[in-house]
Amino acid sequence: MSSGFTKGMARNIFYGGAMFFFLLFVGLSVDTVVNRLPDRDNRAAINDQVARGKEIWEVNNCIGCHTLLGEGAYFAPELGNVYARRGPEFIKMWIKMQPTGTPGRRQMPNFHLTDEELDDLVAFLKYVNGVDTANWPPNIEG
Amino acid sequence: MKYQSQSVSKPYFIAAIGLFFGQIIFGLIMGLQYIIGDFLFPEIPFNIARMVHTNLLIVWLLFGFMGAGYYLIPEESERELHSPKLAIALFWIFLIAGALTIVGYLSLPYARLAELTGNNLLSTMGREFLEQPLITKVGIVIVALGFLYNLSMTILGGRKTSISLVMMIGLWGLAIFFLFSFYNPTNIVLDKYFWWWVVHLWVEGVWELIMGAMLAFVLIKVTGVDREVIEKWLYLIVAFTLITGLIGTGHHYFWIGAPEYWQTLGSVFSAMEPIPFFMMTIFAFNMVNRRRREHPNRVATLWAMGTGVMAFLGAGVWGFLHTLSPVNYYTHGTQVTAAHGHMAFYGAYAMVVMTMISYTMPLMRGREANSNLSQVVEMWSFWLMTIAMVFITLFLTGAGILQIWLQRVSETPMSFMATQDQLMIFYWLRLASGLMFLAGLLLYIASFFINGEPATVESRNPVGARGAAA
Ligand code: HEC
Ligand code: HEM
Ligand code: HEM
Ligand SMILES: [Fe+2]
Repeated sequence: MSSGFTKGMARNIFYGGAMFFFLLFVGLSVDTVVNRLPDRDNRAAINDQVARGKEIWEVNNCIGCHTLLGEGAYFAPELGNVYARRGPEFIKMWIKMQPTGTPGRRQMPNFHLTDEELDDLVAFLKYVNGVDTANWPPNIEG
Repeated sequence: MKYQSQSVSKPYFIAAIGLFFGQIIFGLIMGLQYIIGDFLFPEIPFNIARMVHTNLLIVWLLFGFMGAGYYLIPEESERELHSPKLAIALFWIFLIAGALTIVGYLSLPYARLAELTGNNLLSTMGREFLEQPLITKVGIVIVALGFLYNLSMTILGGRKTSISLVMMIGLWGLAIFFLFSFYNPTNIVLDKYFWWWVVHLWVEGVWELIMGAMLAFVLIKVTGVDREVIEKWLYLIVAFTLITGLIGTGHHYFWIGAPEYWQTLGSVFSAMEPIPFFMMTIFAFNMVNRRRREHPNRVATLWAMGTGVMAFLGAGVWGFLHTLSPVNYYTHGTQVTAAHGHMAFYGAYAMVVMTMISYTMPLMRGREANSNLSQVVEMWSFWLMTIAMVFITLFLTGAGILQIWLQRVSETPMSFMATQDQLMIFYWLRLASGLMFLAGLLLYIASFFINGEPATVESRNPVGARGAAA
């Protein structure tokens, strides 16, 4: 670096740049949250059942094996669109009959969920399936 | 070691290495579960092993950052640490809380753990990387605040350098952005949107400041290059980090329900995120080339240069590979992501912590550098772990490309599980590379137990091998 460029100048670029882009980021986030998300995040579908479903999703750590909208673990199928791929009845039946016990095959535990909890979970997966994800995933297999 | 109180770092570094070992064991368990699906089922289901693996990673890196802070800040401030007692107390609190959390993961069903730890009061669990029970999260905040208080008080009464300022901004940022882990709305899009304010704004934001400061600190010490020059670089690097990385968060907003302008913004800004990592590489090599002294701790210099290179490869190159939205459309949530996650975390944060440990541990043990033999063993461990990580990354990238081809690009896409069956060869090779990594880590640990005459510049450079540094 040439000697004309001083530490003070570098420091100013750091503070100025950080401030400017932090504020820009906050501004864009406000626009996203306030103006854009209401049309995209399927909030009309959110109700108590979906809220309970999300908690069941969380306290059983489904994200530790599965992805949801492409985020999570890569060990088991994408579930953001499983509602469309499999439908509600399959999902409930599937969760009830775990583990498969097929030797050598990846296993999913049994979470001992009640029928009501299964309905909550499905309501949550249905809600997520309705989020506008800009056409992701590329196909139904996720 | 200039100040007695700097030695509080030692237990932090020892704990970091111990937890690192645990992390790798669980990595290997998962590596096998990827192939033999029912391995250790139902005793250790995959999700539990994963949680242990990633949480141990985060916790040992935090131990490493804290150890680095306790060493670096007193030295930069030219005075003793404000309260060594507090530092030791927080060490035990953090270690015990961390250990209990891991024991909880392994001994209880996760839902039971959630119930016992008050997740119903404020549900924060069950999200990737933020799986810790509420009380552990609160514990992390308390430990972080105590740590920041201790360091801030030290700086306030002492010399204020650019390195310590950047370090402190990074550490304060780490604590502040962690607070978003307490925000967990039912709205999944909002949940995910702000989840990234912890995860992305950590690794591609404030942690880079911490990393830059640690690297700068070690480079001043081992090269003797003028502080003005080093600190100018540091400011420029972290400036580029935040200029690109803040809006770069958008590369996670492509497919989770956020508006589509993030596809442009996220692609453009995150495509520039490799710049600061590239600068770190140039920085490290440049400073070593311009060194004004020969330091007997050669292996610390090796770690510093390695960090530059591997962070650039893992974060910069492998990040760029999948960061443009048309590419990410196909790679999102595949083994390509895992490949990048591994090399980036190892190359940037695991390695910078090992750089710091490598430089400071001998000093805390009363010598400028370890014996030649100890250093040679540590260099072997450097190469074994680093090369193993390159292989892990390459094999996972191969698996990812094939996965995308079969499951996402094909006219007749295969199901997820059928696709996985086709990737087994890559998973075997990844597992083998993982064993190589373990061998490297064992050598690394062994190097601490090799004593002997501390190396000196002369013993590293037999007569005339190297003239006076330019
Ligand atoms: C320990 C890992 C693990 C955990 C935790 C886990 N799963 Fe699974 N899950 C799997 C695996 C593996 C498969 C595929 C198994 C197979 O095809 O034989 C699967 C398949 C599924 C399927 C069928 C997907 C399809 O497209 O056919 C659904 C639905 C599902 N899981 C829901 C859940 C829910 C809901 C949770 C949380 C309550 C959960 N899983 C937790 C491992 C897990
Ligand atoms: C012996 C070597 C290792 C093996 C076999 C291994 C294996 C694994 C596996 C199987 C996963 C889960 C992937 C999934 O979700 O399906 C994982 C996740 C992860 N590991 Fe490792 N690991 C190893 C070493 C490391 C090291 C050294 C680091 C970093 C320093 C690391 C960091 C991570 C991270 C960050 C994740 C989460 C990745 C993501 O969400 O994309 N691992 N590892
Ligand atoms: C040291 C710095 C970095 C670390 C530790 C890191 C780590 C990670 C990890 C662990 C993930 C997976 C997150 C998850 O589980 O969902 C991830 C995702 C991602 N990273 Fe990085 N990263 C770093 C830098 C970068 C950079 C510089 C870029 C761009 C140039 C980048 C681009 C991405 C992208 C696009 C994803 C999303 C992948 C997907 O869609 O599945 N990363 N990163
Ligand atoms: Fe990111």
